[in-house]
Amino acid sequence: MSDLLRGVVVSHAQLADALIAAVHSISGVDGALQAVSNEGCDPAALAARIEEAIGTGPAVLFVDLPGGSCLTSAIRFARGRANLAVVTGVNLAMLLDFVFHRDLSLADAAQRAVEAGAKAIRSPAPAT
Amino acid sequence: MSLALVRLDDRLIHGQVVVGWGQPLNIEFIILVDDEVRDSAWEQDLYRMGVPSSIEVVFASVEEARRRIPDWETDPRIGILLAGDIDTMTALVAGGNVPRVNIGGIHHRAGRSERLRYVYLTDEEAAKLRQLASDGIVVTAQDVPTARAVPIGEFL
Repeated sequence: MSDLLRGVVVSHAQLADALIAAVHSISGVDGALQAVSNEGCDPAALAARIEEAIGTGPAVLFVDLPGGSCLTSAIRFARGRANLAVVTGVNLAMLLDFVFHRDLSLADAAQRAVEAGAKAIRSPAPAT
Repeated sequence: MSLALVRLDDRLIHGQVVVGWGQPLNIEFIILVDDEVRDSAWEQDLYRMGVPSSIEVVFASVEEARRRIPDWETDPRIGILLAGDIDTMTALVAGGNVPRVNIGGIHHRAGRSERLRYVYLTDEEAAKLRQLASDGIVVTAQDVPTARAVPIGEFL
């Protein structure tokens, strides 16, 4: 189990907690994801929360927005650390795919997450 | 007046600034005043992420900002000026031409205590902000435009 990637979801307010709860209720997978909220944090405090959530292992940092305090802290933290990757625009489909593909290399997992997340964004034609 | 907001916010450019204020004010430029970021292309790239290309981002040192505030004030576009810490803001204000300061977010860290949900200060920091107000600067706290601007006297 120690070789499997972990995911840390970094979000505004309680979004990360809610996404992880939804992943758990759909997939039954537990322990693969950790939530970090930026609530009440200055950049140093947010970095400390991220560090605590990551632990020692390789991890993908899933960030809610492609800019802003969660992303700047995540990228700053991941800089120079070969065992971390950052993916933005986290959504439920992305995380559901990730928890079943945690044996990939870090780079492959990040790329796969980008694709799985993007694939979920569609506008299905309404029934006529 | 074209700097719609002179804001103290330790997150600098983030969602509340770009979306929360940026959308209703229809801003077209952001001035980020920070001596370290001014000298780091890497940090600048980081802050540019998430800012739509329609918004210009200017990175300025404190000295550059003091010199250029009059230009930004007469810019036909609407902009927001950001400083991430109280000392930077105090230095800017000391240069003149800054009649109002918005406290947008100073968050929790060791030694600070809560004054508002999004304002945590040490006693020394609180004293610096009170000094700004006694120097005649209008200091209010307001994280997003839909919230009330809270006068400094209500929480310090």
